[in-house]
Amino acid sequence: MVAKVRKNFQQAHWDEPIIYEMSIPGSRGILVPDPGKEIKERIKNPLNVLPTVMQRKDLPRLPELSQKHVLAHYLHLSQETLGSNITNDISEGTCTMKYNPRVNEVLVADPRFSELHPGQDEDTVQGILEIYYKFEQIIKEVSGMDKVTFQPGGGNHAVYTAASLVRAYWAERGKLEERNEVITTIFSHPCDAAAPSTAGFKVITLYPDEQGLPDIEALKKAVSHHTAAIFMTNPEDIGLYNPQVDQFVKLVHDVGGLCFYDQANANAFLGVTRARETGFDMCHFNVHKTFGAPHGSSGPANGAFCCTENLAKYLPSPSVEYDGKKYFLNFDHPDSIGKVREFMGTAGVILRAYAWTIMMGAEGLRETADISVINNNYLMKQLEGTPGLNYCFPDNGLRRQEQVRYTWEQLKEDTGVGTDDVNRRIADYGIEHYWTSHHPWVIPEPMTLEPCETYSVDDIDEYAAVVKQISKEAYETPELVKEAPHKSASHRRNDEAALDDPDKWALTWRAYEKKIKHLK
Amino acid sequence: MSKIVYPYIANSVPEIKERLLKKIGIESSEDIFKEIPEHLRFKGKMNIPGPYLSEYELKRHVEGLLSKNKSCSDYLNFLGGGTWQHYIPAVVDTIAGRDEFLTAYVGDSFADHGKFQALFETASMIGELVDMDVVNTPTYDWANAIAISCRMAARINGRRKVLLVGTISPGRLAVVDNYCKPDLTVELLKYDSETGLVDLNDLKNKVSEDVSAVYFENPSYLGFVEIQGELISKIVHDIGAEVIVGVDPTSLGVLTPPAQYGADIVCGELQPLGIHMQWGGGLSGFIATRDEKKYVAEYPSLMFGITTTIQEGEYGFGEVYYERTSYASRENGKDFIGTTTALYGIAAGVYMALMGPQGMRDLGIGIMQRSQYAMEILSEIKGVKVPLIKSPCFKEFIVNFDDAGKTVTEINRDLLAQNIFGGKDISCEFPVYGNSSLFCITEIHTKDDIKRLAVALDKVINN
Amino acid sequence: MKKTLGLIVNPVAGMGGRVGLKGSDGVEILERARELGAKPESPLRTTETLKVLTGLRNEVEIVTYPGEMGENEAREAGFEPQVIGTIEEGKTTSLDTIHAAREMADLKVELLLFAGGDGTARNIYDAIGGELPTLGIPAGVKIHSAVYATNPHNAGELVKLVLQGNRIDVHEAEVMDIDEDGFREGRVTAKLYGYLQVPYDKRYVQSLKSGRGVGEEVALSGIAEHIIEAMEEHVDYLYIIGPGTTTRTILEKLGVQNTLLGVDVLCNKQVVANDVTETQLLNLLENKKAKIVITVIGGQGYIFGRGNQQISPRVIKKIGVDNIMIIATKNKVISLKGNPFLVDTGDSETNKKLSGYVRVTTGYHEQMIYRVDS
Repeated sequence: MVAKVRKNFQQAHWDEPIIYEMSIPGSRGILVPDPGKEIKERIKNPLNVLPTVMQRKDLPRLPELSQKHVLAHYLHLSQETLGSNITNDISEGTCTMKYNPRVNEVLVADPRFSELHPGQDEDTVQGILEIYYKFEQIIKEVSGMDKVTFQPGGGNHAVYTAASLVRAYWAERGKLEERNEVITTIFSHPCDAAAPSTAGFKVITLYPDEQGLPDIEALKKAVSHHTAAIFMTNPEDIGLYNPQVDQFVKLVHDVGGLCFYDQANANAFLGVTRARETGFDMCHFNVHKTFGAPHGSSGPANGAFCCTENLAKYLPSPSVEYDGKKYFLNFDHPDSIGKVREFMGTAGVILRAYAWTIMMGAEGLRETADISVINNNYLMKQLEGTPGLNYCFPDNGLRRQEQVRYTWEQLKEDTGVGTDDVNRRIADYGIEHYWTSHHPWVIPEPMTLEPCETYSVDDIDEYAAVVKQISKEAYETPELVKEAPHKSASHRRNDEAALDDPDKWALTWRAYEKKIKHLK
Repeated sequence: MSKIVYPYIANSVPEIKERLLKKIGIESSEDIFKEIPEHLRFKGKMNIPGPYLSEYELKRHVEGLLSKNKSCSDYLNFLGGGTWQHYIPAVVDTIAGRDEFLTAYVGDSFADHGKFQALFETASMIGELVDMDVVNTPTYDWANAIAISCRMAARINGRRKVLLVGTISPGRLAVVDNYCKPDLTVELLKYDSETGLVDLNDLKNKVSEDVSAVYFENPSYLGFVEIQGELISKIVHDIGAEVIVGVDPTSLGVLTPPAQYGADIVCGELQPLGIHMQWGGGLSGFIATRDEKKYVAEYPSLMFGITTTIQEGEYGFGEVYYERTSYASRENGKDFIGTTTALYGIAAGVYMALMGPQGMRDLGIGIMQRSQYAMEILSEIKGVKVPLIKSPCFKEFIVNFDDAGKTVTEINRDLLAQNIFGGKDISCEFPVYGNSSLFCITEIHTKDDIKRLAVALDKVINN
Repeated sequence: MKKTLGLIVNPVAGMGGRVGLKGSDGVEILERARELGAKPESPLRTTETLKVLTGLRNEVEIVTYPGEMGENEAREAGFEPQVIGTIEEGKTTSLDTIHAAREMADLKVELLLFAGGDGTARNIYDAIGGELPTLGIPAGVKIHSAVYATNPHNAGELVKLVLQGNRIDVHEAEVMDIDEDGFREGRVTAKLYGYLQVPYDKRYVQSLKSGRGVGEEVALSGIAEHIIEAMEEHVDYLYIIGPGTTTRTILEKLGVQNTLLGVDVLCNKQVVANDVTETQLLNLLENKKAKIVITVIGGQGYIFGRGNQQISPRVIKKIGVDNIMIIATKNKVISLKGNPFLVDTGDSETNKKLSGYVRVTTGYHEQMIYRVDS
């Protein structure tokens, strides 16, 4: 099949009212089960036990709709959203938007999972405990680390857990005052700076060398007896593997610091290279990316945090253990940092990820890595020669791994059309907006694409064709691109400044009604 | 080369893989992985179960594991304490299961307009429940929302100590404790063990110019309603500190919204609004404040505002006050933000829209009727002391077994034998209440369920 | 109502460059340039910028000076400009630029666009200071000031955004100039003249994964907080604060008087001396310890030798290179696109000592490791 550019694409555009505008007083969406005669006769007015001041005077002003109308409204809204299972989501680079299998949704909806209370007796949750335990063994294999926790609610949260462990490690040694610096690199995910910062560390960022790799000479300048740890991504968000990564680890270890490996971009390295062999003390995986669980419009997610034996005592409590007969929760961790989330974290993500991983098996994980890097290099090839498009550090001769940070700097120079414009336009072809990069933009006018193993050759060809089509439009009819999107669920905002203006912003419908609606 | 064609890997078809390699001009993926030095390569084989290549095998295997669980659908459940069993309308599951919402991520509000609108509407409805004009996108959980609220307060007034209600759940406290380090000092307030209420004298002694915020809950972890909200707020406001109140939103059809007794920041948990318990994995927090710049400026979360577009009459959405301040000094303590629990936020919105004002009212009244009924019925059992706390309760209440001749562990074990999950054992968490557990009653419980519990308890204790 | 755009073209800007004259300030130099066959760069560049705006013809009125000072370029791009003032065609001088800028400020144009180099920027600064938003089209030989768009096309895009009333912020950007005579003899003595209010596109894009951005103001405040927190409070410990808006924030935070374009000296968080010379510095440093706090001056990344020559090699030697604190916002560092910081103290030994990798403070408890070349 020849890749089709969906020139006639039109996203659902329901012009959907805000749910409050659809409200018809007196309507009911669902009725609450009645307590029954006996209870109601015995407890006539249960609110009598409350002092008047604690009794709500007016009903909460929620919308009132019949059930069909609630359903239809939200179905409309869902249709006005492009999930990755629906579209060609090579777009959201660094996010690993792979296929999220339906069967896993069937499994999490199974009441034997969905209706488990976290306080249940261990004997009644042996199944989920076993899944946690086994998935921990899997993650240990993938990372080479000794112990894992699934408490963090996402990648950034796992990085924060790492920072908490670093804090506990130095606090125990009485050196928290002295060891107050965490080193990171500018192309690492911003949470590698933000999370240690939240945990109270000063952050030292390394600017890359001319090849775009973390600069080892800069690291030499940065390490000292103040170094608590280094937090680094590899490959970084621009898609380059840092071949000196073990030297980085060594330099930090030499001054006594700890090393954390942000493995958010691990998809292309499953079974290829691991944190253990590279010398790191800690690492994490974004379970919802690499292991096939959905992103949920931005969560629930899960961050698997891993560490070596000597740091295991600081892990959040409880851990899941197995005594040969029975799985159980072990709360006996006196040196633990405490908890980063209530209960055991987002169990549904772990269940899905477990199912995804055992479906693939060890060879399947390796195939995932293979196809990810092949797809990525194929896309690069297909995008070659697109007017106005280049990729960062083009002359370093290094193969890109699982993703590439492209730059539209030339296009902007030539046509005034920048990456934001292209990004809005791409949705007109039925493709989700792409990931530019975090701020600030070190690479100007960025576009970061990650055609992970899910995508077919036709998907990639289609994507490349769309990118080329938009480049052509930018040179021929720049206004068409700048005024995009034309076929999305909504159009460009016409007053960006209003969102920054305390008199004009409205974060809820009630605020909108008070501040803005009456002006119209 | 792998002979298996993986259903989840389109290009695992050998001929296609070959074609791609040829086009790139390389022999194999090794020509790409060459950038990884040999000594950093993993040479072994990962020991991973599977593959369970057919969906049937996979499903059968995982269901085999799940069959080792006994869920709250199988057994009669009275556990609450941070995750609660409520009825989840089918429409909520339908929407939360839509691939569009389920698999979307960080796309902007043009192609993902629906995601933005849904989350804006959720914020709007929570805003009505708590009577506040600003609500954020979801946090990880209630505990995370408390911690962020405390840090927001500290950034607002530059003070570094927070006082938390002494009856907070230990799990929630552990999260807050860790998250507030090292910028904030966390101290617990004493409470009157007879009523569970905040000890106002202790509060007066502890508030000072260095206290940034005071946090209490309604209903509290131990189930009772803190009725001194106005008094507490007055004391706290007099020293220029912020009042933070945590809520279980299922109570807000009947309980006064915290803003009306002085709360400056309200936070709480969305799980009871239509999210499956999932072994505690269904949590999702929220934070709400007044619509003032000083509050909006300090939210670390994404905040979606409604606006207009170039198309006449069309709503658009965007991030509000993108460059919110103010990480400029130690006192201001920093936050990080990442992927949290947006899908649960959408689900909670669908739930609230279905329930409507009367539904939330009926829910609250029905729960209170059942829990008061349960207390009365249980109090008739010899060896059972209930109510233990002399304050009104919402859906949870402490049951004391000091005179039952058995520990809570033993009682729960015996209840389990009758397919009942008894209340949460709090004898270690709150020794002041002796041999006690926390029972949770919601709208899912019928009169017969409650009677069945009473009979079972009587049998366990008095047989 | 139509929006008004002021336009001033320095018709001779850029003439010295191609013929190796390093600038075109002054009548004699200009004549030599003409003899050598130089052609002005500014008309073409201005037209390039204005063509981006052609679509806004009905919404924007250009106010400009006659003929070669803007009128020609405006017409070339399809505008019907409102022409004010009078000039002597072919013999315009810097005074014409100054008059034009003043008159346009009085007419309250919304934005003043000019084409020229550092000399032109200086003239504009002399005329109007920070009175109204100003943007330069880079057309001169000397482009040390930070008041220009990166190229004529981008200047047009930025003007368009401003005039369409979109989200736009202004920041203070340095007006610098070097002594042209010295420059021609191979000596560079750059002076910081002041600051113009320059609009910039702060790239309002949603970064949904990382939450939110930090504004420039917050970044500056964080940097100042960082430096102040680390200040030694001791009678024998001086802080030499270099020129610039970044360093100014520190003194503002301390509530003490500052010299935007000069060097101030602090002790115990109080001012010891404002706007000092090298000699004064050397005297003050007698038997004292000190730290130097400096920032990047201008668009090319200089940290020493541009606008802060008071902090001379002798001063640096006395204080020691380890006692230099460099501060700059992340945006400023990144705007250098990986090009290193530069030092040009006039003393090669000092330059060498200053080269290598340095820590730059970019926010509160945030630093970056960056390269310095001489």
